[in-house]
Parts: sequence; C-alpha cells; structure tokens
Amino acid sequence: MADHPQEKKLELLTFRVAEQEYSLDIMSVREIRGWTRATPMPHAPSYMRGVINLRGTVLPVMDLALRLNLPSQEANARNVIIVVTLNGSLTGLLVDAVSDIVAMAVDDLHAPPDMATDPHMAVVRALTVINDRMIRVLDLAAVIPNRSDVAA
Amino acid sequence: MSLTILAVDDSRTIRNMIRLALIPEGFTVYVAEDGIDGLSVLDGIAPDAIITDINMPRLDGFGFIDAVRAQSNHCATPILVLTTENAPEMKKRAQSAGATGWITKPFDPEKLVKALLMFAG
Amino acid sequence: MSDPIDPMAEIRASFFVECEELLEALQDGLTELENGDGDPETINVVFRAVHSIKGGAGAFGLEPLVRFAHRYETVLEEVRAHRLAPVGDAIRLFFEAADHLSDLVRACRDDLPTPEASSDALLAELDALLADPEPEETKPVDSPPLGVAIDLPDLDPVEEPKVAAPLPVPPDNMALPFPHWLIRFRPESELYKTGNEPLLLLRQLAQLGECHVDCDITALPALTDLKPEQPYLNWTIQLDGGLDEADIRDVFEFVDGLCDLQIDRVDGPENLPPPGSAAPTLAPKIVDLPRAAPSPPATEVPLATVPHHPDRIDEPHKSSTGATAKSVVRVDLERIERLVNLIGELVINQAMLAQSLDSVDLSPHSDAMNGLEEFQRLTRDIQDSVIMIRAQPVKPLFQRMSRIVREASSAVGKEVRLITEGETTEIDKTVIERLTDPLTHMIRNAIDHGFEDAPTRQAAGKPSEGQLRLSAAHRSGRVVIEVSDDGGGINRARVHQIAVEKGLIPVEAVLSDSEIDNLLFLPGLSTAAKSTDLSGRGVGMDVVRTAIQALGGRISIASEQGKGTAFTLSLPLTLAVLDGMVINVAGETLVLPLNVVIESLSLSHDDVQMLRPGAFLVRVRGDFVPLYDLGAMLGYRAARTDYNQSNALLISLDDDTRAALLIDGIEDQRQVVIKGLDDSFYRAPGIAAATILGDGQIALIIDPGDIIAGSTCPRSTDPGLPEKRARYG
Repeated sequence: MADHPQEKKLELLTFRVAEQEYSLDIMSVREIRGWTRATPMPHAPSYMRGVINLRGTVLPVMDLALRLNLPSQEANARNVIIVVTLNGSLTGLLVDAVSDIVAMAVDDLHAPPDMATDPHMAVVRALTVINDRMIRVLDLAAVIPNRSDVAA
Repeated sequence: MSLTILAVDDSRTIRNMIRLALIPEGFTVYVAEDGIDGLSVLDGIAPDAIITDINMPRLDGFGFIDAVRAQSNHCATPILVLTTENAPEMKKRAQSAGATGWITKPFDPEKLVKALLMFAG
Repeated sequence: MSDPIDPMAEIRASFFVECEELLEALQDGLTELENGDGDPETINVVFRAVHSIKGGAGAFGLEPLVRFAHRYETVLEEVRAHRLAPVGDAIRLFFEAADHLSDLVRACRDDLPTPEASSDALLAELDALLADPEPEETKPVDSPPLGVAIDLPDLDPVEEPKVAAPLPVPPDNMALPFPHWLIRFRPESELYKTGNEPLLLLRQLAQLGECHVDCDITALPALTDLKPEQPYLNWTIQLDGGLDEADIRDVFEFVDGLCDLQIDRVDGPENLPPPGSAAPTLAPKIVDLPRAAPSPPATEVPLATVPHHPDRIDEPHKSSTGATAKSVVRVDLERIERLVNLIGELVINQAMLAQSLDSVDLSPHSDAMNGLEEFQRLTRDIQDSVIMIRAQPVKPLFQRMSRIVREASSAVGKEVRLITEGETTEIDKTVIERLTDPLTHMIRNAIDHGFEDAPTRQAAGKPSEGQLRLSAAHRSGRVVIEVSDDGGGINRARVHQIAVEKGLIPVEAVLSDSEIDNLLFLPGLSTAAKSTDLSGRGVGMDVVRTAIQALGGRISIASEQGKGTAFTLSLPLTLAVLDGMVINVAGETLVLPLNVVIESLSLSHDDVQMLRPGAFLVRVRGDFVPLYDLGAMLGYRAARTDYNQSNALLISLDDDTRAALLIDGIEDQRQVVIKGLDDSFYRAPGIAAATILGDGQIALIIDPGDIIAGSTCPRSTDPGLPEKRARYG
C-alpha cells in the first residue's frame, strides 16, 4: 500500500458475522472479550442476547447477525464480544470472530450504493476493499437502536 | 516574580477566588480559615504579603493583624484587609490595627495582583 | 454540569455548596437565639453566615442576593451591638429572612428569577426594626482605586540618601515647569508600623507622571543615635501639573492619617504655598527618582529567608489548631459511586473465590478456609463503611421541615412548635433527597388536619401551642423516622363515612381502628371538612406512601383519639444494597426484594382455581389471591398447566395488594449490590435492576409492582385481575 502521510487515516477493526466481513472504526471499540453466557432480558427483541458482567457493570449484548437479519448460530466459546461505545454507553456486539486491524486512508472509503430499501445496507456507512475483499464499514448509530425505535 | 501570599478568610469561596486570581500569576498562595489558623500557617512561612478578612470566627481580622505585627519578623509585612464595607470607619480601624491597606470585596483580580506586586516591591 | 475546565464555574458551584452550610449555621444560630440558649458567639455566627453569603455573592455579581444579604446583615449588626434584642417579631423576621435568603441562594444557583417583590416586602419589615433605618445603601465601591504600577528601572532601594546627597540643588530651583503639584509628605511612625513604605508611594507617584523628589535628611541623627522605629525623613515632591488631584490623593489612600500630607497646585514661583507645619523643608536635596530613591531606615526588616514548602495549598485547608467543627472532606459523589461499585465487585469476587475453594473440598479448619472467613468479614465491614460514606445526617432535612412548620402554621393561624430528635442520624444521601417531598406533605397534613384550633385545645386541657415531633433513629439496620402530633387524633367515624361515600369500602364493612386508619393511604380519600391552601389539593397520603415505597421503605400509622397521630417511616440505610430473596425460575436466577415476601407456599391441585383461561387464583387461608406464573410472565417458558407440587411466594405490596408468584425454587436469602440497567435502548418490563452473583453471572432484580400491574406481558394472558385491592374490595 502506498504511503500517503498527509492523508487522513483511520483504522478499522474487521470481523466476521455469518460468513460476511464487516468492520468498525477502531475509535469506537473499547475492548474485545470472549463469549460468556448472557442473562436473557424478558421480552427483549430477538437480537438482544441479554446482559453480561463486564467487570462489575451490566453490559447489554446484541447478536449482530440477528440485528443484521443474517442467520445466527448458537453462541459458543469461539465467538467474541466487541465492546463498543456510542454516546457514552457501552454495548457488546456478538460476532463470529475478529479478523484484523487495518489502517487506511479515509479516501479509500466509498459511499455505499443507494439501496435504502435493503435493510442490510441501512447500517453500512461505507464500503472499502482490502486484499480484494469487500469490507462493509458499519454505522454504529444505526446498528444500536435507541429506545424510541424499539418501543414503536 | 514569584511572591508568597497568605490569604486568611473564613469563606471558602473567597479563598478560592483569591487562589484563582493569584496562582495563575505565579504567586504561591497559602490559605487559612480564620485568625488562629492564619497564625499557625504563618508560623512556617515568610509571606511577601498577607490578605485577611475581618469578620472571622475564633480570631477576627483585627486580632490577627495585632498578633502578626507583634512578631518581629512580620512587623513590616504588608497586610491587605478584605472588606465588604467601604466605610472610612472600617479603614481607620484596620489601619490602627496595623493593616497596610485594604481591598473592597468583591475584588477585581487584576487590581489585587497589582496591589500585591506594588506592596511587595 | 459545569465545564470542568472552567475554574470560575467550579468556584461558583462550591460557593453554593458553602451557602448551604452557611444557611444551616444561620438556622442553627437563630434557633439558639430563639430558645435563649445561645452564647455571645451565637449572634456572631449568625452575622458571619449572612456576611459570607454576601461576600461570595458579590464576587459572582449576584446583585439580588447581595442587596438582600447586605440589609439583613445591617439589622443583625444591631443585634450584635446590643441595640436590638432577638426576640418576638424580630426573631420571627430573622427566620423569615433566613428562609428568603435560602430561596434567593437557590434561585441564583439555578438561574431562576429572584423574588424581588417579596425581598422588598421583607426588607421593609427588617428596616422597620431599626430605630434609625439605614439610608438606601451606599453602593460598595468596586475596588480601591489602586492606580499602581511597579518596577521602575535601575531602582536601587539600598542606596542611602546620604550617598544620593551630593547633588546640592537649591530648594527654589524647581525642576518642573509651572504649573505643577507640590507635595509635602512626612510619614509618622504609624506609617511604618502598618507596613507601608514611602518608597512604594514615591514609585507610584513617579508612575503618574513626570516627578522630582527631594528628600530631607536633616533630621537624621548619627547612626549610633538612630532609632529604627522613628521616622526621620520627609519628602518634597514636584509632580506634573496636568494630573488630577484625586489621582494623587489615591496614591496616599492607605497612609491617610499616618503622615503629614500637603498637596498644593503651584502656578508660578510667586505663589509658592507656605509649607505647613508638616514639611519643614530645610536644605532639601533634589533627587531624580528613577535613579535613586531614599530608603527609610525604619522599614528595612529582614524577612525570614527560611525556604518554605507550600505543602498543600489545595482546599480544604485543615486547621491545625483544635477546631470545634468536625473535620470534613468534600468528595465528588462520582468517586464514591465508583468506590461503591468496586466494593460490590470485591464482594462478588469473594463469593466466587469461596465457591471455587468450596469445590476443592478443603478442611474447614485449613488455613485457606480460615483466611477466607476473615476475608469475608473484612469485605462485609468495608462494604458497610463505604455505604456509610454516602450517608449524611438528616439535620438539613429537618431544618427544611422547620421552615415548613413555620409557614404552614402561620398560614392556618395555629401555633405549632417543632421538636426534632436524632438530627445526627445518618442515612443515604439519595434517600434524604427523596424524603423531602413526602415529609413536607406529612407535616402540612398534620398542621392542617392534625392539630385542633387553640380554643378546642384549651377546652381539652392541652396547651394552645401544638407540638409536632420529628424524630429519626437507627433501628435494626434501618432508619426509622417518626412524625407525630399531639392533636385530636384521626376522626375514624368521619374517615369511615367518607370511604363509604366514595365507594372505597362497602357500607356494611366493619373495620378495626387500624384498618380505618389505613384507609388514609387510599387514593382519593381526603378528610378535610374544608379544603385549605395547604393540603387540600388532592395530593393524599397515598402519594406519600408511594414515594416511601419507592425508597424500599414502609409507612405505618398510629392514632389515639384526643391524644394525637403518629406516622412511622422505616427506611433502608442505603439504596445501593437490597435485602433479596434469590429465586430460580425456568433455569434463570432472579432476585425478589425480601420486604415484599410474606411466606412461601407449596401448592396442590385444590389450592388453585381458574378464574378464566390464563387467570388463576390461589387460596391462602380462606382468601383468594391472584397467581402469577413468573416464568411465563417473563417469557422464559410457556405457562404451566399443572400446579400440583409447585412452589409459590406470597407477596404483599405496601398498598396491601397481595399476590402469589409461581417460582421453581428458593436459592438463598441475602444482601445483593444493586446495579443499574442501562435502559437506553431497551427497558425490560417487570425488571427493576440487576445484581452480580457469586458465579459472576448477572441476576435480574424483579419489580413486583410492575409484575402485578401486568405490564410484563403485553402479548400473553391478561393478568389484570379485579383483586387489585383484595382486602377492601
């Protein structure tokens, strides 16, 4: 990869969800931890896996596959939880596995095609290509619903 | 110039205001809550100037100034009295107790700094 | 929240905290004065409280506060000077003014409009106390006019006047053109005693404009005869004639009265003013100030040059001499929350450690097990101590209530005296904050309805002044607060009648005294014959009870005809820890607040009856209570169809709603540390909070009221049974 020191850079954490590659801006990632059983929340939406103990605080965990309407498997020890922060709140995202951290120029991100009706694309902020693979960059604010969305 | 100041006032707010006015200017500021406290703090330091309130518990400003002036090593230390009253009577009392000058509360931080720099030479 | 980077905002915030303390001291002082058990220092404390509020308020430009405090202070000064006795109307006004001052403080703090009209009315009353009211205040001058500047170049104060002397200039050879100012200045010894310094004054003058100074050293004795305290020097100064006399006088402000000072304007050589007695100018030597200034011999006192260490200049500065006040550290609440959380984790870790040690089958007498026991004990102690950090005395709360009593009793024209006990009893800060409203309401209620009017009291052989008692005490791990009056007691016939009229109880219902008293907690019951300003606004004791329950507390009532009524609140010490029953439902571990659990039930076929599909009742000693299948209600599994040999818990909420919760088993009964749930994107119905168990798993804490209200189960059975108020319905 060519070196463009003057360009704006960002780092992406890439991971797999239901055989697909997604990524998040590393700045929103707090930590990555192994799967532990979550305590289910009554009457929660299906993608709400429940809550886990993150060093003394109660962390809600979301099954990203179900959230993205992808086929989900039973969570097991090979899964990981990516702890992300959005507007000061922590949320865990259950994914299949974390792949890599890649640094790239902001210019290498491409706007997703306009497919507003496609629910898979509504949460994708941008697309990029790494080693000939297409990687979707998730829009965290769209992934994590706020309460008014759920209540509706 | 780094001056050392002792500020004696029973109001935490006023003490904080003084610290806020002086510390950024490079002053070293000691604080005390009343006259008795002031004397005990003074025991270990040699301030370039002292700022004191008048109305304080245990030992008021007049008593404090008296006690400071009675100590040979502080008899010429400039002492500024902080007062809310601009009454000449109050100034006279402060003066006869041995105060060098006075500052009317609420004080203008810049003027306080100037006055202290002037007093401390 | 204030911007943490702005120190001024922080000081402002701390000023308001300080104000609360000062207001408390003011209340205390006034109460002492009123009771006549103060000492001479009491009025000083009262005065200083108002004075300090004024001082700080001035710093932040809070004009309405300054204005009120200033005139309040003026009247208090009269008391201090023994010209006004703090009795009768005066003390009543002082209390009112203190209340108003606290209103003003809070209005300023919250940036709300200040009640100017009531300020004026109160000030007028206060002024009337003064025999000779103060004329509309002389505006405090912003700051003394210190037109100061410093650091004249090349100034060498050590240079002796004698050295500077060999410039014999005749006195009439004036260096400055006319017109100019001629200043004659002769310090008295007091000038030096106050720490003033002629050199500094001369520097200031030089700063004003062109300046020539000559110093008269003729009075200076031989070195052997020199007394350092004596003033020997005087100066004649010429100053730029374009200057304002006021500016020149300002320079001498601090030494006014400590020197002979004569300031004259000289238009020409012919009208040189005669020197006053002050300045005998004998052979003065003219000195150009910037090059040298004489140093008065009296002031050269070496300052101690011991290197000093500004060890801690941060607040709070601890007084080293014995102070009467308890020493207190101010800590950000967030830090305490963090500590509470950490201790919570420690408790959990300790439980986990205990579990794993248990699994390796150690002897109970082994070192490891002994150590663990000690560890558990210490953890518990730490937990208790940390919880106590959040605890605060109820005193400020009680003080607020004394104001309510004053206002409410004067509004209905009853004489009521508040007696407080156990003010030092400590309770969680949050609990205290949330007690204000219910207590206020109870006190208003008591004054409004509890006390008879004075003639009735006298007829009953009671003093015309009613007594309202407010007490707090620690009792078996909880705080008990009691509000009692010596009024007429509950008019039970009237309560019964109203309850019937409002359809709350059947006409034929026969109720015990205590059952009637408890009717007061029903919504919609108000016994006041006439609706008054105070409590007739439809806010009933039911609201009070709801508020107390929300704190995990209980309220009870006791009343005796003709003797009075007492309300007793029992509250948890903290909201951070809950006494819980750990239960198992469909493989999930849940926690139920212990205070709602009455007993556990083993059910058989016969006990359960179906009201309609999906709605069941269970018989408990002749009574029927609704049965809720927790596992199904929380969506963990389908509803049970066979209740034989199942377990249930009989619970009762504080409004006497009773219900049975179907569970799978009871695991434990213990204190759990409450963890809030982040409900920013999902709030689970029926769940109040969470806790972390010994195995590190999270257990949800059930909100029984929410379960019974039926909000948990929007899609399944309708639990909205009509037995909401089983006892009365």
